[in-house]
Amino acid sequence: MDFSAIPAALPGLWDGMQLTLQLLVLGVFGGVVLGTLLAMMRLAHNKLLANLAAAYVNYFRSIPLLLVITWFYFAVPFVLRWITGEDTPVGAFTSCLVAFVMFEAAYFCEIVRAGIQAVPKGQMSAAQALGMNYAQSMRLIILPQAFRKMTPLLLQQSIILFQDTSLVYTVGLMDFLNAARSRGDIIGQPHEFLIFAGLVYFTISFAASQLVKRMQKRLAV
Amino acid sequence: MNYNWDWGVFLKSTGIGDEIYLDWFITGFGWTLAVALVAWTVALLLGSLLGVLRTVPNRWLSGIATVYVEIFRNVPLLVQLFLWYFLVPDLLPTPLETWFKQDLSPATSAYLSVIVCLGLFTAARVCEQVRTGIQALPKGQTAAAYALGFRLPQIYRQVLLPQAFRIIIPPLTSEFLNIFKNSAVASLIGLMELLAQTKQTAEFSANLFEAFTLATLIYFTLNMSLMLFMRFVEKKVAVPGQLAAGGK
Repeated sequence: MDFSAIPAALPGLWDGMQLTLQLLVLGVFGGVVLGTLLAMMRLAHNKLLANLAAAYVNYFRSIPLLLVITWFYFAVPFVLRWITGEDTPVGAFTSCLVAFVMFEAAYFCEIVRAGIQAVPKGQMSAAQALGMNYAQSMRLIILPQAFRKMTPLLLQQSIILFQDTSLVYTVGLMDFLNAARSRGDIIGQPHEFLIFAGLVYFTISFAASQLVKRMQKRLAV
Repeated sequence: MNYNWDWGVFLKSTGIGDEIYLDWFITGFGWTLAVALVAWTVALLLGSLLGVLRTVPNRWLSGIATVYVEIFRNVPLLVQLFLWYFLVPDLLPTPLETWFKQDLSPATSAYLSVIVCLGLFTAARVCEQVRTGIQALPKGQTAAAYALGFRLPQIYRQVLLPQAFRIIIPPLTSEFLNIFKNSAVASLIGLMELLAQTKQTAEFSANLFEAFTLATLIYFTLNMSLMLFMRFVEKKVAVPGQLAAGGK
């Protein structure tokens, strides 16, 4: 084992890490927004909306993320053409991001739903007694409390997504893992670079999950 | 970029021998089952052992189990798979290394790596569920068993584990379903399981929507039927009067 080549490769690896982090941040943001919408649909009185959202969640939770990434990579160009009517070139980054947002939204939806349901019913009644409509009471009363309760779970799910971003390897996107692998192959030290990548993933995930645990204890009533 | 829909594609010849595309899906599904079921056996055995270790009144043993869980939970599955497939064979003693690299067919060596990888990866998750199950039991159970003269191994075997396993069936079910989904990473080291066959069909036939739709349906049906089956099992083995108190 000879790790001496790694310092020189750090700038390239940092480029990969930036791509990983971009996927993570955009994926979490999009996933939470879409997931919140889905959660509100699932809790709506309208049966059709509720069933649609439930079907969406069950569907995405029963198939592998890798399948979604691969499928979208092939399919997004076709779908965009059907929508826009002209060839719209999209890169692997966009198709992966769409895959992450749609897939993670199913998981975030369940977290948000549990969070909303954990807010006492009286809060909604009180908001409506004060003259707020449904949208106002959700936005101003229910969701802020729900999000506070579910922050640890949302963060845990984000740590899982951080690890899952490595699956973009399958479409050849240069994320952190792929950057490490390709550099290791070029230099002829694939093992050292792979171990280094593993260590970096471990350090970040471990530190983040310890922080979440502490936060969970602090937020616990 | 014109797309020709053709749902009959699965019955068409692949152009290799007299195989039709459906044969590829059947082979792929077979590999997926073979990976998931064997890896699950490994995960369940090792995970239960680790789960017990995490709760025994011995700092060293529970420390080892904790370290195991943290390592296997915080490294991405794909990195672990690459380590098992590319790195570990090189660290084996020479006779084993030649056996793994030269005597085994590529499919077999990939299969072995995936089994070990998924088994050990999932064991960390099973361990946490088993621990939750044991800790959810009232302390009085252990105390009563001690009072009756049981030794620690007996307490685990005859009092704690039989109850804990029944409590944790729902979270174990979701880990069981996860192992089927996670087995798709095997396609990245060349094992021709369901996802790899789907990709190949999409590339050979150019009917990618049909191919991926079928794969999705297979995963979905598998997931739903296993879930219904596990619900049935859960009801069958439930202890009357005991609340389901496992983790999420």
